[in-house]
Amino acid sequence: MVEPQLRFRDDAPVDSPAIGLADFTAGSNVAAVRIEAGEDARLLLPHLASLRLVEIVFPAFTDGRGMSAARVLREAGYAGELRAVGAVLVDQLAAMRRCGFDAFAPAKPLDAKDAEAALARWGIVYQSAADGVRPIWALRHAAAG
Amino acid sequence: MYQYDQYDQAMVDTRVAEFRDQTARRLDGRISEEAFRPLRLMNGLYLQLHAYMLRVAIPYGTLSGAQMRLLGDIADKYDRGYGHFTTRQNIQYNWIKLSEAPDILADLATVEMHAIQTSGNCIRNISADQYAGAAADEITDPRPYAELLRQWSSFHPEFCALPRKFKFAVIGSETDRAAMRLHDIGIQIVRNAAGELGCAFYVGGGMGRTPMIAPLINAFVPLDQLITYSEACLRVYNRYGRRDNKYKARIKILVHELGKDEYTRQVEAEFAHLLTQNIEPPLAEFARIKAFFADPAFDPAAPDAMPNGDPAFLRWVKANTAAHKARGYAIAVISLKPAGGIPGDASADQIRTMADLARDYSFDEARVTHTQNIVLPHVRKADLFALWQKLVDADLATANLDSIGDIIACPGLDYCSLANARSIPVAQRISEKFAAPVRQDAIGELKLKISGCINACGHHHAGHIGILGVDRKGVENYQLSLGGSEGADCSLGTITGPGFSEDGIVTAVEQVTEVYLAQKQGEERFLDTYRRIGMAPFKEAIYG
Repeated sequence: MVEPQLRFRDDAPVDSPAIGLADFTAGSNVAAVRIEAGEDARLLLPHLASLRLVEIVFPAFTDGRGMSAARVLREAGYAGELRAVGAVLVDQLAAMRRCGFDAFAPAKPLDAKDAEAALARWGIVYQSAADGVRPIWALRHAAAG
Repeated sequence: MYQYDQYDQAMVDTRVAEFRDQTARRLDGRISEEAFRPLRLMNGLYLQLHAYMLRVAIPYGTLSGAQMRLLGDIADKYDRGYGHFTTRQNIQYNWIKLSEAPDILADLATVEMHAIQTSGNCIRNISADQYAGAAADEITDPRPYAELLRQWSSFHPEFCALPRKFKFAVIGSETDRAAMRLHDIGIQIVRNAAGELGCAFYVGGGMGRTPMIAPLINAFVPLDQLITYSEACLRVYNRYGRRDNKYKARIKILVHELGKDEYTRQVEAEFAHLLTQNIEPPLAEFARIKAFFADPAFDPAAPDAMPNGDPAFLRWVKANTAAHKARGYAIAVISLKPAGGIPGDASADQIRTMADLARDYSFDEARVTHTQNIVLPHVRKADLFALWQKLVDADLATANLDSIGDIIACPGLDYCSLANARSIPVAQRISEKFAAPVRQDAIGELKLKISGCINACGHHHAGHIGILGVDRKGVENYQLSLGGSEGADCSLGTITGPGFSEDGIVTAVEQVTEVYLAQKQGEERFLDTYRRIGMAPFKEAIYG
């Protein structure tokens, strides 16, 4: 099983390995599942209450399908761990956090200081996403009203 | 014009700091070139044949005098004294040092500019009608919509690694001056039966090796759902666009393969879901943005008579001005296509001159067109002669808008690492050949567009005459196509037949114009004649 290098949750990690989506939807009742790029995250929606870990695989850092998969799960109310696995780079961490990831298991370990700086950089954002941060338009109109 | 508030400024300042940090990590080896590539591309920095090229964003092509002036200063300070205006209404500098790129971004940020998402597989600079806010035929200014989209798309976390690049264009007139249906998403602002404004969405157009005209997928998206609908279009594309083949990765292929109806169905389902997520900025935000685009203080007493005088001036007025919505005003276009010149290039001094002219004659505003010219949108008719004299002094008074000399050309093999053939020398030779005003006037409107490779950055598919440079066994070869158009009568050109050498293509273009002049009836433009008589007479002239 893949240990996350970074984890932004207080609950205890799931200690069993994640299984593939096909096995999971065939009737398994484990709490951890892995989605490959190109698999439809919406197939998990009937099972969200029983899931505690979803791993989303990034096969290449240029492949952004996992970003949509993460948001789809968060928008459906999934509250368990959402872990980005594979080709995860320092400069993608902030966007991944915004899409709802709260754990990262990069194939190549990240420089801890660079990762911390990258995550701290963007204090304000232009659009709504899955992180609950109020976008600039909300700040503007809260200030005016 | 839009002006940044503290939030917008903080975003570009943060971006400068981030890119400075990324560049430092690249220079000391903490980031590999492979991993750095998408980062620098999302900041408009390409590695070309000879040096880095930096593409600076000019959102919807609108610039203030101060912004234009800084673009001239950057050309002097960091490049070789000139800049190149592009078909995306941006500007490129071709001789940039990586170590200086963060400093350029810092300079740009002082005048509310940036290079965010001018390249890479993300949502690119939003383009718009270059006559926005000035055109006589406009329903509404499209730029507030474009600015709303600019903010939404900037650093969008879900759409920073799309299958391929993604381009929006927004228009607010019936006349399409932005090649709207040749974009990934083209939005036309329309009025419904109840008189309300909304957005018609055309999705899946594009040029490249498989040119397609975007189909209409939704005739009326209400204004307060514009962002949500855009997000739905993008999400379906991000999830299902092809990633196995770079040449099939644009949204046009997805829409084509799924079929317009199935793509639309998926978008509508995603849209229904996203409406529950409250991601749409309130109309108050749109109103805030729109206020920046209010009309300048036009003088109601401005004389409406067109000035008379010098024949060269009158020729320029006829060719390079367009009807303005305000009485007493005209839209004036500065051609960056002198005979024998490089289309879209301007020297640092010329750029600063245009900045001064924008300030003095056009309420401090200029526009970049996708045809690589500069617009002064709001000029008093009574000032046109003085303006023209200053343009003459700066070698900027070429009178050839939409004529055969007003060529769109990509940088081609002189600069670009993707190109198969040179574009610039072909453009130079054709514009020289047709430089005589009498000849140019006889031919009239003829849009000639040249691309140096199949990626079609020079829009050759949409040229009345299109030229595509290819590599044929190591030799540059040029294919000719006829009958393309980018406007409301959008059509794709048809290839005439076998390609030509560099000399041969210039001759072939000349032969094509001779067929037109011989066959033209009444006031027909080249395109009208071609559509009436078809390809055969042209083929016979050039191959027969």
